[in-house]
Amino acid sequence: MSELWQHTAGQLSALLGTGEVSAVDVTESVLERLRSVEDDVKAFITITEDEAKAKARKVDEMRSAGEDPGPIAGVPVALKDIFVTKGIRSTAASKILENYVPGYSSTAAARCDAAGLPLLGKTNLDEFAMGSSTENSAYFETRNPWNLSKVPGGSSGGSAAAVASGQAVWALGTDTGGSIRQPAALCGVVGVKPTYGLVSRYGMIAFASSLDQAGPFTRDVRDAALLLDAIAGQDPKDATSLPIDHPSYAASLEGGVDGMRIGVVKELAGEGLQEGVKIRFDEAVSVLEKLGAEIGEVSLPSFEYGIDVYYLIAPAEASSNLARYDGVRYGLRVDGEDIVQMNSKTRAAGFGPEVKRRIMLGTYSLSAGYYDQYYGKAQKARTLIIRDFERAYGEFDLLVSPTSPTTAFGFGERTDDPLTMYLSDICNVPTSLAGAAAISVPCGLAPEDQMPVGIQIMAKALDEPTMFRAAYAFEQSFRGRDSQIFPELVSR
Amino acid sequence: MPITRKDVDHVARLARLALSEEEKAALEEQLSKILAHAERVTSLDTEGVPPTSHAIQLANVARSDDVVDPLSRDDALANAPAAEEHQFRVPRILEEEE
Repeated sequence: MSELWQHTAGQLSALLGTGEVSAVDVTESVLERLRSVEDDVKAFITITEDEAKAKARKVDEMRSAGEDPGPIAGVPVALKDIFVTKGIRSTAASKILENYVPGYSSTAAARCDAAGLPLLGKTNLDEFAMGSSTENSAYFETRNPWNLSKVPGGSSGGSAAAVASGQAVWALGTDTGGSIRQPAALCGVVGVKPTYGLVSRYGMIAFASSLDQAGPFTRDVRDAALLLDAIAGQDPKDATSLPIDHPSYAASLEGGVDGMRIGVVKELAGEGLQEGVKIRFDEAVSVLEKLGAEIGEVSLPSFEYGIDVYYLIAPAEASSNLARYDGVRYGLRVDGEDIVQMNSKTRAAGFGPEVKRRIMLGTYSLSAGYYDQYYGKAQKARTLIIRDFERAYGEFDLLVSPTSPTTAFGFGERTDDPLTMYLSDICNVPTSLAGAAAISVPCGLAPEDQMPVGIQIMAKALDEPTMFRAAYAFEQSFRGRDSQIFPELVSR
Repeated sequence: MPITRKDVDHVARLARLALSEEEKAALEEQLSKILAHAERVTSLDTEGVPPTSHAIQLANVARSDDVVDPLSRDDALANAPAAEEHQFRVPRILEEEE
């Protein structure tokens, strides 16, 4: 019998429902696993062992009293440390919030709690979610469980690594321009960037407000649907959350891809890919074809400059959002002679190099004389990207590409040149700019380095049901061939 | 158009960042490079293309005006670097009158 921590959330929910295991059993098993590999992986900024056990006991008490705690109650979760949690330190991996203990909880965290998920802890990230490797954390680097000398991707690298190593059954991350999908691919787990507005942003420490979106990291597609079901839905505390009744995603898995029209994005699936990524991606596409999907190639020329549009828009929004860290209401303060000096010294001491770079870039592109040339122009180019998507979705139900042009890279390999790091997100930013949905599903290991590769399946805004259906069909067919789920670290 | 040291100084002041000389030198080079790469966007013909600020537009978002417990004053001040008499304390902002 395998250990409880090795099970998926779907399997654990079934065992918990029949009373075969208790939430305390599951939580203890996962916590033990978490502790035994944390020195190697370093996924967590804060571990909330006591809170997790207390919540598990509460779920067990409800079940034994004959109450229904909900279908996934008792399956422990980890949260990226960008979701504020009442009474639990929430840092965004920044020194400026090192001692910040929020007086309220984010809606996503509150919904996990309401669903009965014991909170294991808060996971590492690139400071304020700015980065693609988690190397920009002000605290420490998180290591990729498949090869500890490689990065886990980012910015949600801690959540991705925690799920990949078995330190959490599932986790939440946030994705502004790939920060769920890219680390999911690099760590060999499933990651979903839902449609903008599907999950409330309330209490998610803001980076770029027109792009930020929360979503799940899981070990299989069913778990991703289950967790998204729990956190999605309108929230009166977020005016941009969509006023819709979303369907059950867990009930949208079956049906297959027979007759589905799937477009391979020419600009993202051709040149510039690592050889093993190309091999695994092409195989994945042929699996979809064998399952009955109609595969075609589609060109979306505007994707060529997607990364540039993103790196004009996101820093501009960030420079505005991060103005709140002024040393007055919360966070770090460094004293100065007057208020401007105090503000400026506080921000210089509290922010790391990447955050400063993006604030500077954003402030510049919004400043008098440059607004039309940079930010204004990027907003128009964003419209062109959305139009390209609309055209492509006239012909296809879904679009596919590799999730990342390469597998996980080594520490320090891309930190010297910001632009090289930015290009890591080239496959992910178009979906973010369009506010649409995408999922990354593992599609095997690259032959040359034995590191995970992900296929990105993109869908129209709110067409998560079709996206999940294709992802599930692919996974079911693919798993039979290559059933390795956990990296070597797990089996030692 | 490359970023000059004067631009860096100006933007750092706008952004309230007290940067070191080394940081300024690095930013001058890095921002120039990033913006040069972005010329693929800035040189696009976008005549007649409307800007997108949010990909999914909602209009007139309102919620019912219910009375709920606010964040308490103590909670709101709990993380303040300096507080006094139930208020945030900050360095002097206005000069004293002669």
